[in-house]
Amino acid sequence: MANSSLPISKPSDVLVYARNLDIGYRNETIVANMAFELKRGQSLALVGVNGSGKSTLLKTLVGLLPPLRGELEVVGAQPGKTPRQIAYVSQFHTSGFILPLPAIDAVRMGRYADHGLLGQMGQEDEELVRESMQRMEIAYLADQSLRSLSGGQQQRVYIAQALAKRADLLVLDEPTGGLDAAGKELYQTAIQEELKRGASLVVATHDIQDAIACDIAMLLARKVVAYGIGREIITPDALLEAFGIVITLNEQNHRLTVVEREHGHGHGEDHEHR
Amino acid sequence: MNLFVEPFVNNIFMQRALIAGILVSISCGIVGTYVVLRGLAFIGDALAHGVLPGIAVAMLLGIPGIYGAALGAVVMIAGISLITRKSRLSSDTAIGLLFVGMLALGVVIVSRSNSFSGDIVRVLFGEILGIDNQAVIIQLIATLVIGVTAWICARPFLLLCFSPEQAQVAGFSAKLYHNIMLALIALAVIVSFQTVGTLLVFGMLLAPAGTGALIARRIEAMIAWAAGIGSISVYFGLLISYYFNLAAGSTIVLVAVTIFFVVLTAKNIQESRKQTVGQPNHG
Repeated sequence: MANSSLPISKPSDVLVYARNLDIGYRNETIVANMAFELKRGQSLALVGVNGSGKSTLLKTLVGLLPPLRGELEVVGAQPGKTPRQIAYVSQFHTSGFILPLPAIDAVRMGRYADHGLLGQMGQEDEELVRESMQRMEIAYLADQSLRSLSGGQQQRVYIAQALAKRADLLVLDEPTGGLDAAGKELYQTAIQEELKRGASLVVATHDIQDAIACDIAMLLARKVVAYGIGREIITPDALLEAFGIVITLNEQNHRLTVVEREHGHGHGEDHEHR
Repeated sequence: MNLFVEPFVNNIFMQRALIAGILVSISCGIVGTYVVLRGLAFIGDALAHGVLPGIAVAMLLGIPGIYGAALGAVVMIAGISLITRKSRLSSDTAIGLLFVGMLALGVVIVSRSNSFSGDIVRVLFGEILGIDNQAVIIQLIATLVIGVTAWICARPFLLLCFSPEQAQVAGFSAKLYHNIMLALIALAVIVSFQTVGTLLVFGMLLAPAGTGALIARRIEAMIAWAAGIGSISVYFGLLISYYFNLAAGSTIVLVAVTIFFVVLTAKNIQESRKQTVGQPNHG
């Protein structure tokens, strides 16, 4: 089964294709033997605690980490070979605060992959940049310095940068972290539009509701705990395995209830969930 | 008014010093901007001192110091990249040790020479008043190379400052452009040692660019500010050293560092005034 020379039979609308895939760092496998695929216009949510392998998988998909073993094809090529087709929003932005950079220039960076070192940016690029900023409602911040913006405003800039790329595949690492309610709503609308346009989405999230809203969900805990249609696979047992807690979702009042922790103590904490 | 112009009109050595100093300011302004934004100050410092043994060997052999400086820089960059890859220690410890080791080696080699203290002072603090036309031309060529390379690499360099991961995902090899950046730092250091010296070139890399970072709203503006503030420092530094008979290179750097602290203080006062007026930008 682990033979990577097996012929692949995958339809042409498959954007991400993984078989027998091991991911991790040079001396440490984080998740072994993964198999999944993502079609054009589909969304995949990765759910799990910190260190479960979500970010590692995202970094592998965009070519920042080489796959340790197995087969991985992203937008018809090896990961990292199709920079124009992939947009990535990472979890941490370390340098946002020293760099003198107006917000609009940060969004313009989303167009760099299309133009390389010296290619001229044109009217079309400017329109995409403006439109992306409008979609995240940050057009009024265009000339403000990125370092003067709040965390949530900066996060909107990073999402707008990804939107401006017009990518076939959006790879987002906890994109709603730091966003306020209005920001989350704008993000959801933008993502729905991207999916309609035919782009695909892989998103790491702590938000179970967001995960259920995706076409496919993958529960990670340094292994694939469950993979399939969100509503079907996100069960109390799977959550217990992935998070060490049981969470039940009450459909009527939209509240998540933590019933039990790892060692069997009942907590009964209610978390309001919009 | 004559007081401000006369020293340069009447003395060819002051003219050469001014031209060479402005060229140093431009190259250090470009390179220093990236050093400041990417937090490479320590690598810059290590490079500035790592070239010392190379210069010392060149001096002993009687060949131009610049060749030795180039060799020293290559050894230093190779050493830094090897150590950061192989060592489990944090890179600043490894770079620090390499830098002290190279500095000590340089002093040991120079101590073999007859005019030890004169030579070492010349290398560390430069002799901007004693440089010849050839040195000015070399400085001009280096400044052009640095300027053109930085212009070509503007996009990947900006992405590296923003996030090396985003540079990679956008199709620009983070490793390649990081190495190009290191090479530019090395070039600025190598050619500047004759003017401001290996110790002070570090000041010209950091102080004007640091000031630029406080003022500018765009990276291009930061480079322009850095080059401008560096050039002003060179002009006033030379003038002050001329009238008060002070060491020229050190006076230039002192002016640049003073400007930095004045702007920093002014900025802080401005910020605290804004806060007392009370309209935080966050929320």
